[in-house]
Amino acid sequence: MDFKQWNGFNKSGEWTKEIDVRGFIQYNYTPYTGDSSFLANATERTKKLWNEVLELYKKERENGGVLDADCKTPSAINAYDAGYIDKELEQIVGLQTDAPLKRAIMPNGGIKIVKKSCEAYGYKVDEETEYIYNHLRRTHNDGVFAVYTPDIRAARSSHLITGLPDGYGRGRIIGDYRRVALYGVDALIEEKKTELYTLDTDDFTEKVIREREEIHDQIMALEDLKKMAERYGFDISVPASNAKEAIQWLYFAYLGAIKDQNGAAMSIGRTSTFLDIYIERDLEAGLITEEEAQELMDHFVMKLRLVRFLRAPEYNELFSGDPVWVTESIGGMGIDGRTLVTKNSFRVLHTLTTLGPAPEPNLTVLWSVNLPEGFKRFTSELSIKTSSIQYENDDLMRITLGDDYGIACCVSAMKIGKQMQFFGARANLAKTLLYAINGGRDEKSGKQVAPKFEAITSEYLDYDEVMQKFDTMMDYVAKIYIKALNAIHYMHDKYSYEALEMALHDKDILRTMACGIAGLSVVADSLSAIKYAKVKVIRDETGLAVDYKVEGDFPKFGNDDDRVDSIAVELVKTFLRKLQRYQTYRDSKHTLSILTITSNVVYGKATGNTPDGRRAGEPFGPGANPLHGRDKNGAISVMNSIAKLPYEYSEDGISYTFSITPATLGHDLNTQVDNLVSMLDGYFKQTGHHINVNVFDRALLEDAMEHPEKYPQLTIRVSGYAVNFIKLTREQQLDVINRTIHEKI
Amino acid sequence: MEIKGRIHSFESMGAVDGPGLRYVIFMQGCPLKCKYCQNRDTWDLHGGNIYSVDEVIEQILKYKNYITPKGGITISGGEPLLQTDFLTQLFTKLKKYNIHTAIDTSGCFSLTESIKKLIDLTDLFLLDIKCINDEKCIDLTGVSNKKEVEFAKYLSSINKDIWIRQVIIPGITDDENDLLKLKDFISSLGSVKKVELLPYHDLGKFKWTDLGVKYELEGYRTANNEDISRARKILEIN
Repeated sequence: MDFKQWNGFNKSGEWTKEIDVRGFIQYNYTPYTGDSSFLANATERTKKLWNEVLELYKKERENGGVLDADCKTPSAINAYDAGYIDKELEQIVGLQTDAPLKRAIMPNGGIKIVKKSCEAYGYKVDEETEYIYNHLRRTHNDGVFAVYTPDIRAARSSHLITGLPDGYGRGRIIGDYRRVALYGVDALIEEKKTELYTLDTDDFTEKVIREREEIHDQIMALEDLKKMAERYGFDISVPASNAKEAIQWLYFAYLGAIKDQNGAAMSIGRTSTFLDIYIERDLEAGLITEEEAQELMDHFVMKLRLVRFLRAPEYNELFSGDPVWVTESIGGMGIDGRTLVTKNSFRVLHTLTTLGPAPEPNLTVLWSVNLPEGFKRFTSELSIKTSSIQYENDDLMRITLGDDYGIACCVSAMKIGKQMQFFGARANLAKTLLYAINGGRDEKSGKQVAPKFEAITSEYLDYDEVMQKFDTMMDYVAKIYIKALNAIHYMHDKYSYEALEMALHDKDILRTMACGIAGLSVVADSLSAIKYAKVKVIRDETGLAVDYKVEGDFPKFGNDDDRVDSIAVELVKTFLRKLQRYQTYRDSKHTLSILTITSNVVYGKATGNTPDGRRAGEPFGPGANPLHGRDKNGAISVMNSIAKLPYEYSEDGISYTFSITPATLGHDLNTQVDNLVSMLDGYFKQTGHHINVNVFDRALLEDAMEHPEKYPQLTIRVSGYAVNFIKLTREQQLDVINRTIHEKI
Repeated sequence: MEIKGRIHSFESMGAVDGPGLRYVIFMQGCPLKCKYCQNRDTWDLHGGNIYSVDEVIEQILKYKNYITPKGGITISGGEPLLQTDFLTQLFTKLKKYNIHTAIDTSGCFSLTESIKKLIDLTDLFLLDIKCINDEKCIDLTGVSNKKEVEFAKYLSSINKDIWIRQVIIPGITDDENDLLKLKDFISSLGSVKKVELLPYHDLGKFKWTDLGVKYELEGYRTANNEDISRARKILEIN
């Protein structure tokens, strides 16, 4: 391949001969090891446009959370006319529908959910549309429920397994949106046609036929994408010729994906260093200034802040605050030892200043001990000022994933364009433990949910007996869990296939079956209580264990105490091994995450009293966090406990949410920055995987609860994403406030 | 014979007790009776838990990745210098790990040979000036500041790094004349690297109540930013 748009690029390597974005980056990017002093402020145009967006946000809030919705036209890549915020001002264009913040319906995922979502906000689905999806065209949701077995249904309704993507889009697939900018759509279609050729085989098996159909759909999606861009007056069949076009092309590709899919997480990948190459070329040629470069990034990010989906209230309970997870992975090191930090890594983070803090895009810094000092300090200072950044351990992930991976959603790392996952929500491990004690009966309803086996009848719990039964119960949960996920992803592929996102992948990719656990610290503490203290069982008249009385003290997770931390480590290993015993759909690789997002509140609500003394209904710790108030030795002890959890057994991520008051971090900003850098270096050297950093005073949040109008942009990190604090439910706001905020007195 | 230490608690994340991130060890026991004490529960000479030097070192090393190279450990309390021999052994063994050491003390001690030995092993002293006005000092802490002043002079004479800390209690330690006197004293010392003014707060009051003892500074207000800036101006520090 050769294009005039590539003039000035280093054409070494394979990237001009085949689709190889990483190769392009490696031969063309300029590492930046300086500080942030080069950055420019927002232009007048940006300020004006952003004010218009803020005005729209306000209207959206006043309208009950949804500004407008089109409840007739099923969304598709090219379903809508071009839409603008302010055509004169926008440097990067393209909206999901024909107007900003107007939400679309995506009934391929499920018509019932669409109906509920519309009704929740006072809209009604168009009758004809509803008829079509109820009678003529099956949806993913209906497909799943057509095949669910009684045991899956029971585990689901008793909240043993919850949050499954059977009623919403699975998401967590990152298209390599950069390919559109680098190669243009036509070259990508050519590549897909070559793939079809390799699938013209003598053995015309089910697998081959399915793959041919998928690639056929991918080509159609790419054709649609071109047409979508034409509506905005752009020809993206060819590569982008400058920075502005590169951003525009890339954004169009992403826009196509979010018009096609309402996935739980629609992450954008690792784009800023890629884009830096175009910006550097233009800066060098004198075509743009630093101000204009920042303006382009600001306008790009503004678009990412406008992404909206129409979602049901149940979804909000699980994932509060309207998150989209437009996760952008920034920084990291190359395998050749050069840093992947560029000036554009700074620019994308600088949008937190030019436009103010915001939950989206989900800015994720890939931290390495070897990152340039200037970048470390820059991101740490921004964290202190905005609480909007999460950090993940590049030194850990680079070992298996190389240097062109990105984070989907919160903590799920995948090689861009070469890997996808079947998102699997999580199993409630705390409830599993209670079932083990109760012989498969639910501790709240008393119903026999799992197959009946002998319950524990002793007055005090015996560690070995509990462990033996817990092991059996975990086995059962693992089996049901994989069965459910196989059904879900079979149907998702069948009825709601992500054709455009997958068109931006290689043909042969790694698929992971991304399972998860909730309640890790509750279970670890419970088992520790049983082992190191005495736990007396309180049963109701039917013999059901409904409460526990702990006599004596016991080690608690989060205090860097091996006696209990080792229990948590073993739990992770054991549960993954259980899962691995069951065959997965499309031979996907079993992985595990310790991540709850905001659902730690819902899971806790559905779970009875636990042997660690946690009361029924109380939230679990989010992700891998210790239970609120259990950590006694300060933040770094918590980090050490969490860092012990083995990433090798939990490759889909281990999430830790850390909150601290500014005064506890240091007396002045400079010291605070120093200390945060040392803390991140230390945590990641200990092989911690992920950390959300929040720096705020409790009083601020309390005030924001009472006076939300004063804090339209107050952003905080919860498990795996950032959220507009005022958009959380009251229950979740309280959970955040009650959660350990490390504070020195 | 192995000496054991009596320790109140550990704090894994100290960010305001010396340079960088610090692992803070709160020693049990204190001879002073500061009315504003925020760790009232550390006074009792017989409280806390007993640890060997090796056990403490094992704890510290768990945090090496965070506290090196910029931070270190800080011994606070309670009064660290009540357990000089234990700390001397601890710091001697710590030398090979290259971990920065600080002691947060009132300095109200005679300069015995064993204390001088510990001073030699310590990288930094956080010297809590209770009140430069001796009369007030006696009233506030139950002890005269004479030894403390001598202690500071000694540190200065051997060029040992000092951070001076002064708690600003409006109405007690913020008198202009006292602060001017403090300023003169500080400038007479040669090795002061930093002067920290800590605003008085009463967040540790509950610890007094928990122990069933009366909180003696009842009625005094906590210090605000203005109090601190005023004191800074008088002391001519930034």
